[in-house]
Amino acid sequence: MTQTTLHDFKDKVCFVGVGDTDYGALYRTKDPKRNQYTLGVEAFKAALEDAGLKKDEIDGLVLVRIPSYQLFADMVGLRYLKAANTFRGEGRMSALAVQYAAMLIYSGLCSTVAVVYGNDGRSVGATYGGEGEGSSPYDVIYGMTSPGAAVAHMWRRYMHEYGAREEHLAAVAISNRRHAGLNPKAVFREPLTLETYLTARYIAAPLRLYDYCLINDGAVALILTGAERARDLRKPPVYLTATATCTDLTFFYTVDDFFRDAVRRCAEAVFAASGLGHKDIQVCQIYDNFTPTVIFGLEGAGFCKYGEGFEFVQNGRISLGGELPVNTSGGHTSESYMQGFGLHAENIRQLRGEAGDRQVPNCQVAMYICPAPICAVHIMTRR
Amino acid sequence: MAYEKPLPQPTAIDAPYWEYLRRHELRLPRCQDCGHIFFPPNKVHCPRCLSDRLEWEKLSGRGRVWSWVVFHQRYFASFANDIPYVVAFIQLEEGPRLMSTLVECGRDEIRCDMPVEVVYDDVTPEFTIPKFRPIR
Repeated sequence: MTQTTLHDFKDKVCFVGVGDTDYGALYRTKDPKRNQYTLGVEAFKAALEDAGLKKDEIDGLVLVRIPSYQLFADMVGLRYLKAANTFRGEGRMSALAVQYAAMLIYSGLCSTVAVVYGNDGRSVGATYGGEGEGSSPYDVIYGMTSPGAAVAHMWRRYMHEYGAREEHLAAVAISNRRHAGLNPKAVFREPLTLETYLTARYIAAPLRLYDYCLINDGAVALILTGAERARDLRKPPVYLTATATCTDLTFFYTVDDFFRDAVRRCAEAVFAASGLGHKDIQVCQIYDNFTPTVIFGLEGAGFCKYGEGFEFVQNGRISLGGELPVNTSGGHTSESYMQGFGLHAENIRQLRGEAGDRQVPNCQVAMYICPAPICAVHIMTRR
Repeated sequence: MAYEKPLPQPTAIDAPYWEYLRRHELRLPRCQDCGHIFFPPNKVHCPRCLSDRLEWEKLSGRGRVWSWVVFHQRYFASFANDIPYVVAFIQLEEGPRLMSTLVECGRDEIRCDMPVEVVYDDVTPEFTIPKFRPIR
């Protein structure tokens, strides 16, 4: 058998259903019945409705962050599945879970796969740092903890190497917030001014409050199927045209090239496989657990040179109406922290023309970039 | 007053690292086949060439500040009184990087690539933690 390549995979698998939750409403209320499973079921039901599929047409179940696939499968009454598994609740896993679902379909192991993510971080008081949060014992003796501080180290080094200043990051936080103002489901929608950004407290300096992702409750479900089946369903198919992963695994989350070389390898692979180029990308979602990763992702993917990203993001270039709108739903700092899944949902809605007031006109090609210890890039398209 | 911050958690593999520190020596494993020196010392083989011929090499204790952050958020009750406190990512002269902190140095003085040298903080009778100060 000849080894298959990314070219063979091009446009073979589609996103046909997307469901999520009202993040703002969930943020403003508490409910003791709310947990990762109940949130996941809500998104799963919404995704089925969106796709026009019956529950029993799902034959693969890929969960992320929701700990037990067995418990979840029982909750939604899916007994005889052709695949079921859970991925860890890490942001880098969203693209990987989508890739796994796509491979299940492309290989013939499954026909229609639901990827379900649930997060009750606000209800349970998640902190992403401190005692018992998985920090290295070699680090905690100095009080070092949290991915945010690891990214703060990288941003400090980036500023040193390229002459960027702390206020350059404000453009990313302010652009995200501007987009969230156009998104009825976003948690934080009021405009963010430069003054408010700069006077906010530091968390791990040089990063401030508005550089950090939210901690909120919510869920996202994505349903994927093969391209032929997709054409008969309720909504126009969104093609997973190309996708690639490259790890950057070292002992530390802080890496000396800011994940750019790994992102670059992913971007080169998806551009080559799709036959598309930078000029074709109309909207881009970048995994912004902390605002510097937007700059690292843009440089890695080749939208600008290394060291130019902090200038690239200024003056509205990454806002709606700009040259390359980025994180058009408000991203992780303003819409919701669904660890990459909200960003996938946003690309699907942009490509379908369902993004309402934040719609990129006639959007046909979208990109997802995750700069993290496992980097990934997708190109998603519509016909 | 008792030391309340997190202490090292020696394992069967890295116990010598902490024992050398207690004697005020900074040592890391060095591969006797390819010469690679690595951190953390949590392996019984060289991660570069996979050889298991390792020796504990005494390091110069010199390095530079690759980067640094200041914690304003309280993540650990035992660090609450230190806020805002500095964590520095140190690039050792021999190559490896490790998280640490800076002493004998005001926050306004810290710069990336600033040359530093190790100092040994005997936090308890059992444990010594390596910290760094500017080379003046």
